[in-house]
Amino acid sequence: MHGLINRSIQRFVCDGYGTETWEEVAARADLGLSGFESMLTYEDALTPRVLDAMAQVVGRPREELMEDLGTYLVTNPDFEAVRRLLRFGGVDFQDFLFSLDDLPDRARLAVSDLHLPGIELREHAAARFSLICEAPVVGFGHVMMGVLRVMADDYGTLALLEHTGSGQGFETLTIQLVMTDFAEGRHFELGAQVG
Amino acid sequence: MDNAIVDVLDVLCPMHLLVGPTGHITHAGPTIAKLRAEQSLIGQRFLEVFAINRPRAVASMQDLAANVRKKLHLELRDARRTSLKGIMVPLPEDPDSMILNLSFGISIVDAVRDYSLTNADFAATDLAIEMLYLVEAKTAAMAASRRLNMSLQGAKIAAEEQAFTDTLTGLKNRRAMDTVLARMIAGGGSFAVMHIDLDYFKAVNDTLGHAAGDHVLQEVARIMVDETRESDTVARVGGDEFTVILPNIAGYQTLQRVGERIIERLEVPVPFQGQECRISASIGTVWIRAGTPAQAEEVLADADVALYASKRAGRAQQTFYAPELRRAANAEGPPAGRDSRAG
Repeated sequence: MHGLINRSIQRFVCDGYGTETWEEVAARADLGLSGFESMLTYEDALTPRVLDAMAQVVGRPREELMEDLGTYLVTNPDFEAVRRLLRFGGVDFQDFLFSLDDLPDRARLAVSDLHLPGIELREHAAARFSLICEAPVVGFGHVMMGVLRVMADDYGTLALLEHTGSGQGFETLTIQLVMTDFAEGRHFELGAQVG
Repeated sequence: MDNAIVDVLDVLCPMHLLVGPTGHITHAGPTIAKLRAEQSLIGQRFLEVFAINRPRAVASMQDLAANVRKKLHLELRDARRTSLKGIMVPLPEDPDSMILNLSFGISIVDAVRDYSLTNADFAATDLAIEMLYLVEAKTAAMAASRRLNMSLQGAKIAAEEQAFTDTLTGLKNRRAMDTVLARMIAGGGSFAVMHIDLDYFKAVNDTLGHAAGDHVLQEVARIMVDETRESDTVARVGGDEFTVILPNIAGYQTLQRVGERIIERLEVPVPFQGQECRISASIGTVWIRAGTPAQAEEVLADADVALYASKRAGRAQQTFYAPELRRAANAEGPPAGRDSRAG
């Protein structure tokens, strides 16, 4: 799995629980390295091992941690680029949801060897959707939950999200838009590039 | 022109302009209108608002009419001088009027910032947003790559430094010395090579132990660095053998002085755990004058011959290489104890 993914997990552990905790996670996962580099690619098997070790060391359920990881990715100022790049997807939250189908392709445009799991949005009724997430790593749907909760806030939309099941390598979220102009939302300026 | 058509154009081409037969702007799409927010474009002379950079020498509407259906490079005639690309087509029902569609081209990144444009300012089919996304994504990816490069570079420098350093003394090692010597020879300038072999060091090791020996070696290293210039290279090339390479040497007096000082200071007893370690040094020196062709192996062998002469003459002294020394040495057989080059 790409270093960008692995390293964000590492950063999440370091920022939330301290460097010593990360060292413990790395040792327990039998990583054989002290940490990940963002622009290198690592063996796929390492990522689930790190996630399992993280849940054990921190002593919290893995799903909960995965959702926190998703939240962390789009709220931490160091990852502002992620939030901004997601915001390019749409002018409002619904538009943004529709752009998720393209997310893996968009990611590959930026970093050609970054393969994100496939995502498919289905519209059931007005303002009611389900998101089918490919989950090569168990719990990826929970990461998306964390990301979507923050992005809904970002767009000022009140949305109800629920993880409604997993199986055969897929996880499903249901999304109910309650109010699309619930709050002001965070400002997004196209030209305000970060970094 | 029909209002319904204008509405269509506003959606499909939000950066279009309609220019009437007199050369005045009669309509501006919603996005192009934002480029002149303080003053409406409508009613202004098109060529007074925009300069045509290519094709060259377009000064009148007649010139423009000759360039319909061709790519135009334009620029706003105001402080920002935003550059634009465009194409102009006569209106079917009114050939004296023109419709001009514009785009930012490569100036998109600046333009979006300068005019605070949003997704809604671009046609849904326009690739502008994807372009901005790519610019931003690539910048972030490049920053991550740069971080990786920097950390690899740091690791590389540390590894190289380690590969060229003698860990006990912190001096350069034989490998580093070989590199410096090769560089000196290739440079063709004048330089000198001093081979320094410690006298009585084995006795210190044997009677006071290896800890004392290591301590003495560290002291020796400090003295040699002290007594040489910043530009000189001091290397430990064997257990108690050192090589100093001294660039830009003007004459034997300098070398004589450096050698004397090193020997003098090495002879000062080094205290170690209540005992005194006494050593001295023998030195063999080769001076290569500027422009003399030389080979590394030969230079080192000559320094060895001179060193052997110092040892033979009773140690604690410096000898300069001269061909006669080699003849004398050959007559007596090879210098003993100086064949362990691998150290």
